[in-house]
Amino acid sequence: MGVVDFTFYLFSLTTVLAGLFVVVARNPVHSVLWLILAFLSTAGLFVLIGAEFVAMLLIIVYVGAVAVLFLFVVMMLDVDFAELKAEMAKYVPLAGLIGVVILIQLSMAFGSWQFSEGFDGRLGNPTPALSEMHNTEALGAILYDRYFLLFQLAGLILLVAMIGAIVLTLRHRTDIKRQNVLAQMYRDPAKAMELKDVKPGQGL
Amino acid sequence: MVEFFTTTGLGITLLTVGQILLLVVPLLVALAFLMYADRKIWAAVQMRRGPNIVGAFGLLQSFADFLKYILKEVVFPAGADRAVFLLAPMVSLVMALIAWAVIPFDDGWVLADLNVAVLYVMAISSLEVYGVIMGGWASNSKYPFLGSLRSAAQMISYEVSLGLIVIGIVISTGSLNFGAIVAAQDGNLGLLNWYWLPHFPMLILFFISALAETNRPPFDLPEAESELVAGYQVEYSSTPFLLFMIGELVAVVLMCALVALLFFGGWLSPIPGLPDGIWWMSIKILLVFFVFSMVKAITPRYRYDQLMRIGWKVFLPLSLGWVVLVSFAAKFELFGGAYARWMVGG
Repeated sequence: MGVVDFTFYLFSLTTVLAGLFVVVARNPVHSVLWLILAFLSTAGLFVLIGAEFVAMLLIIVYVGAVAVLFLFVVMMLDVDFAELKAEMAKYVPLAGLIGVVILIQLSMAFGSWQFSEGFDGRLGNPTPALSEMHNTEALGAILYDRYFLLFQLAGLILLVAMIGAIVLTLRHRTDIKRQNVLAQMYRDPAKAMELKDVKPGQGL
Repeated sequence: MVEFFTTTGLGITLLTVGQILLLVVPLLVALAFLMYADRKIWAAVQMRRGPNIVGAFGLLQSFADFLKYILKEVVFPAGADRAVFLLAPMVSLVMALIAWAVIPFDDGWVLADLNVAVLYVMAISSLEVYGVIMGGWASNSKYPFLGSLRSAAQMISYEVSLGLIVIGIVISTGSLNFGAIVAAQDGNLGLLNWYWLPHFPMLILFFISALAETNRPPFDLPEAESELVAGYQVEYSSTPFLLFMIGELVAVVLMCALVALLFFGGWLSPIPGLPDGIWWMSIKILLVFFVFSMVKAITPRYRYDQLMRIGWKVFLPLSLGWVVLVSFAAKFELFGGAYARWMVGG
């Protein structure tokens, strides 16, 4: 077994085990930490198939931002997880059914699915081969040249969603004391301070 | 013999371990003296003597501290989550160390010459926040928890502007590889070819963001001792505390190396004609570290809402605007192609 095989099995075993522990961990914070481990080992798998750009993005976006938000929410919300888990037991049959359906679909896709003659020619190659171009450049060429409009539209939709979320949650509370930064910055030391010459033994 | 190290699995593993040791051991030894230098500079600014007892001029002070830390007892707070409590400092140190894998010290002197090296450093520095959050949560106490929340919010906020600033450099270079970034700064004008000149506003923003990202003064709010005792580190003692400290300092030196690579031409010599080499890289890292120490000594601590305000409302728009400007300047090759270096050097 070569180094590559060994690392593949290491990463995939870690991913599966971490995924299992996400579900079975009693403490929700531990669940999130296992989830982070699963993300990291998935990034390792991406590196192994030569998709290092996607791997780095997975870490930056999911581990660096999304999982931190998860962790914040789980740490700060006072949710009774034991109760939640008991509720979950009711749905176990449904979850099992969905799992079985997905398993059957996967086994069909990998077992009995047959490709017609010359399918890869019709499929077309979206990106040039890895030997000709780094996948960072290939992704950039696809996103910013070929599908420029769609990519920008997707960004616009996200922007609209973000503005909508801000508008829905923004409320200006008048009953709290606020810092007015500009007023603080333009404060004049000459007006804010008064120097007194205090004589000994007399006070002000 | 050479074949054993380049072809067999065991040989490659041994070779890699050897290379890692060759990088980490000098780094950690240098760190001991950087710690000493930091304290000496701080003391000199405040007209104190600083460490001067252990060894000549106190040079061995860091090693004495090291011994003291590892010989003390590890105290677990009541109700602490032991596994996570011990995991947090380790994550903190390991994340700070593995980022060095892609930092080149000279032409080709790099452990892993990744195509996405800049992204890798960004990814690793986004992971460093976990050491802080886990430490604060696992301590099962209010001060560490508040400190870790603050620190996490601060690190995430400044990562955004750090990333955007680096994008400006990446656009100018046309590559995410540190070797290519340094090569793009090569030219016959010496230090005037480096990126600090065309990207000067971003150099200042990068430096300040790096201070905030590594929790250095004036942004050391996670451990603001006047309000939070020592932030997420309150409950830590002995070796776990030492690991936090080393991790923090390694991250600071990493930021110094990043400033040297991105803005000051890495191992390139500042004067045309002098040979390039690892000594220039070391000198640049030390100079940036000196500025880091001076800032620590001469600035008062920021208020937390001010810190978040300049992060999101000042640095983020400025660096985003700079990315747009640089894109235009690079596309139309304005200013003699100063922003389009893939044409000239790299």
